Amino acid sequence: MSTLVFVEHHEGELQKGSLGVLAKAASLGGDVGAVLVGGGVKALAAETGAYGATKAHVLDDASLDPPLPQARVDAIAQVVRDGGYDTVLFANSVLAADIAAGLAARLDAGLNWDLVDIRTDFVGKRPALQDTVLVDVGWRSTPRLALFRAGSFDATPTGGSAPAVEDVSVDLEEHSRAAKIVGQELEQASGPSIEDAEIVIAGGRGLGAPENFTLAEELAKALGGAVGATRAVVDAGWYPYAAQIGQTGKTVSPKLYIALGISGAIQHKVGMQSSNTIVAINKDPNAPIFEFSDLGVVGDVHEIVPKLTELINARK
Amino acid sequence: MKIAVCVKHVPEGASKIDPATKRIDRSREGALNHFDANAVEEALRLKGDGDTEVVVVSMGPEQAGDSLRKALAMGADRAVLVSDDAAAGSDLVATSKILAQALEREGAELVLFGQQASDADGAVLWAAVAERLRRPVISQAAELSLAGETVHVKRQTEFGYDVIEAPLPAVVSVSDAINEPRYPSLKGIMGAKKKPSETFTLADIGVAAGDAGEAGSKTEVLALGDPPARADSRKIEGDASAAQAIVDFLAEKRLV
Amino acid sequence: MTRASDFPPPFDPREFVVEPTDPVDERIEVGLLIVGAGPAGLACAIRFGQLLEEHPEAAETLGDVPLAILEKGKQPGSHLLSGAVVNPRGLRRLFGDRYRMEDLPSYGPVHGESVYVLTRRGAMRIPPPPTMRNHGNWVFSLSRLGRWLAERAEEGGATILAETSAQKLLVSHGRVVGVRTGDKGRDREGGELGNFEPGADIVAKVTVLAEGTQGHLTGVAIDRFGLRGAEPQVWELGVKEVWNVPHPLDRVVHTMGWPLRTGAKYREFGGSFIYPMGDDMLTIGMVVGLDYRDAELSAHDLLQELKTHPKIRKLLAGGERVAWGAKTIPSGGFHSLPTKLHAPGLLMCGDGVGMVNIPTLKGVHYAIESGSLAAEAAFASLQRGATPAADLGRYDDAVRSSFIWRDLHEVRNMRQVFGHGFFVGGALASAMTMSKGRSELGKLPAEPDAEQPLLRSDRAARYPGPDGSLTFDKLSSVFLSGNKTRDDQPNHIRIERRVPREVADLWVNMCPAQVYEIGTEGGDGTVTVNVAPSNCVQCGAITAKGGRLTPPEGGSGPEYSLT
Repeated sequence: MSTLVFVEHHEGELQKGSLGVLAKAASLGGDVGAVLVGGGVKALAAETGAYGATKAHVLDDASLDPPLPQARVDAIAQVVRDGGYDTVLFANSVLAADIAAGLAARLDAGLNWDLVDIRTDFVGKRPALQDTVLVDVGWRSTPRLALFRAGSFDATPTGGSAPAVEDVSVDLEEHSRAAKIVGQELEQASGPSIEDAEIVIAGGRGLGAPENFTLAEELAKALGGAVGATRAVVDAGWYPYAAQIGQTGKTVSPKLYIALGISGAIQHKVGMQSSNTIVAINKDPNAPIFEFSDLGVVGDVHEIVPKLTELINARK
Repeated sequence: MKIAVCVKHVPEGASKIDPATKRIDRSREGALNHFDANAVEEALRLKGDGDTEVVVVSMGPEQAGDSLRKALAMGADRAVLVSDDAAAGSDLVATSKILAQALEREGAELVLFGQQASDADGAVLWAAVAERLRRPVISQAAELSLAGETVHVKRQTEFGYDVIEAPLPAVVSVSDAINEPRYPSLKGIMGAKKKPSETFTLADIGVAAGDAGEAGSKTEVLALGDPPARADSRKIEGDASAAQAIVDFLAEKRLV
Repeated sequence: MTRASDFPPPFDPREFVVEPTDPVDERIEVGLLIVGAGPAGLACAIRFGQLLEEHPEAAETLGDVPLAILEKGKQPGSHLLSGAVVNPRGLRRLFGDRYRMEDLPSYGPVHGESVYVLTRRGAMRIPPPPTMRNHGNWVFSLSRLGRWLAERAEEGGATILAETSAQKLLVSHGRVVGVRTGDKGRDREGGELGNFEPGADIVAKVTVLAEGTQGHLTGVAIDRFGLRGAEPQVWELGVKEVWNVPHPLDRVVHTMGWPLRTGAKYREFGGSFIYPMGDDMLTIGMVVGLDYRDAELSAHDLLQELKTHPKIRKLLAGGERVAWGAKTIPSGGFHSLPTKLHAPGLLMCGDGVGMVNIPTLKGVHYAIESGSLAAEAAFASLQRGATPAADLGRYDDAVRSSFIWRDLHEVRNMRQVFGHGFFVGGALASAMTMSKGRSELGKLPAEPDAEQPLLRSDRAARYPGPDGSLTFDKLSSVFLSGNKTRDDQPNHIRIERRVPREVADLWVNMCPAQVYEIGTEGGDGTVTVNVAPSNCVQCGAITAKGGRLTPPEGGSGPEYSLT
């Protein structure tokens, strides 16, 4: 059994999501290879060994550094064929999703996406219907392609040594060379948008008054997250509609969701229930949100949140 | 010029999985996937008052005609439905093959997709279809424009925006931030019935039954189960030490 | 004594009567325009389609679109809710031998029935009163039936325009010439969003209003043409759920008594129904007259309480709630019907004008019959020539000669006597039934629901809390109704915002969808009432009890499918 993991990089750093998937691949047993494509990736390849890769296939080419999927499909397809890999794993990202799907079509290989886990017998676990059911999915043939939800696995180093590095050389398809990145705008310090944020702090009626949204904003700033709001407070004019999370607002699934003074009515729940970790602070011990939070805090947001923000800022 | 928009008819309201087939129960009322409405809207904006033809293409059961009609009511010119019992249960490999065949027939310069399907059955279809059509693909377009034979896209990523150009013919999937879909006007709704609409079987578009449906799929659904209850569900009370307890919890989870 | 009617809503029906304003060549022209794709509207369309098929030459005078139906819900059926045990008479007359009852999407004929008087723990079976004999009737989900009827209507040539609300009545030279549809894409303040789409003038040779209970334009038309009935209309509020159950119910069940209170001062008239829906589902609903007086009464919570009765809990054990909804039922009966059912260019049918037989809890077959008769009258008038349809009065004649009139007349005073409380009322009602309505009580007055003096008890303290498996809160119920109304749209509910506490509590408790909330206190016994209009399932209760519901943006509201 041999598993190939696409390891993504950004600005000279390997992405934690990919490293997490790599560590998971190592835990499945068999040979584990990493594939990296871009400018200067050879220098980054050694690190993949620490997460379980015994081999690193690198296509180090500055002209391929722009994060476009199709050249990577060409490269990975070649590595899969030459390396005899039967499984290819991806950590979800805008880029990885496009690569995985393109590769599925290229190799006529099954792709299961939005997975949160995979067993050693290659049964994938996939949440469905807004995370209310967990579906077991499988592959009927090899190679098997799997795309994991962001944050499914921790990037825990397994202590391996540097992998054997192999250069990949591939002839790119014509259509793979056609798209070009002609400009980039990287996110400014104004903070991520709600949908992309890894951390969301959301405020509800329990905040008491519109001015108290500063509690949420300060905490968000301390954690580098975005601020969301429930329909009730948006209706009441406390916060803009663009921040509304829920059935008729935005759906988010960040790594961390902190709910301040939110009761957890289902209209809100369906907009955030697939968040990895949910922390709720509410003074009503019977608030429904406590039924689906990982850490429920029965207390006064006005007392707790400022202190929390202070403690977090102190750690930085 | 011709723009093809791929749309999906998805179950209305809360979806249910049919325990017998383990697939989404599609027998209930459905509607145009609201993310695809963004793609239809974008095509209509590109069309403007010109003579670009906007064709909406879907693969699904007969009822999918309702969603196609909604797109026609918004202003699309023609609808194509690939409907065949043998196509039911198609996974990404099979679906992309079928759609690519239908799109190849159309020969559109630009193929648009929406961001994802609200029934969570699709989210990556465009890249697979583009591969089969051997065309450049750009996803998550937050802005899109055409300049001669080039499509110009502002793509939203986790890190910000990339500005990407590709020559036509190309495949683009649009994010829901790109536009606010128009409401069909009453005249549009009434005129939709008169617009050309074709239904094809797999044979009509040259797809072998063995390449479609479960037969042509490389993945399968094995079983349904309950999601694990959130492990570590903890509750604490009181204000005094709560803040520290939260920090400790977050640290434990490597979130701070 | 506080009455909700002392705080009328900022609503003037005249605001909704306008001349066409779109340029003539932009108006949408249709032959027959039907507002509402419910049983009345769809029956009208089906019958009209049949007549067009028999007389194809008639279509020439009707233009490109001979027949159009406006439906404010997402699709036909989305806003339909009823029990429903349907008398097949209307359907049989409509379809003749084209379809048999077996061809329709029902849950089968009624196999048996029981009536119980409930107490908190007990249930006393009583023989079904003559008004409640359902042998020969069929169990339907009205929503499902509506979808099926819509398909038949389209096959007959009707154009159904869903997600389209009829906001204003177009009247020109004293004649109804069509309706103006609602705008789409406005924000909460009424401003235009990026995708703003203005409503349109739809002009028609004949307009049929089949809007159902609390019909918006029906109310406007009755006012405009001075057609108010002898007695004001009054309503019941029904809240129901559909459940998947492990053991089928083998009969139709009605209950009276608990959890409603029998004392005359409370004026709690109503009861519950439990109907089988095939082998694995049933529907359970609570109906209560909106002439109740206790500000703490909540029909939704009464339904939750009802389910805790030992006999009912047993029925539902091991089951799962799969649908929920609410809707009002006009209950004034015969005396509350408008003085005429037509006006120049206009015909009105069904629940919108109050064609409901409350003692038998039946209205669907009257809706269907009236829709069918309206189609015949409209067709005959249109055939007579291109001049404005002047003699729609033949519709009234037809209704008066039909079983609709006979039935409603027979039970004309029955509802009113229950104002005297359950026991006295029950006796009087029995007397009326036995005399087949020939008793000489004359016309018993009815007061508008909003004029009932309010009292306050501790009723709310006894409602069961939501346990998430047998009993449920309002918000999760609204979610189950499929309501995904766009939040950022104008508020469609007209109420006086600053009212005494009892009136505010009345509304807060009354509304099954938790639309109203107590806001700030005024310090003088008044409070501000906050409104969350996107929760609204458009049941209409607020119109009965002191406010006025108007249609929100087309496509808003619940998406019923099993109700």
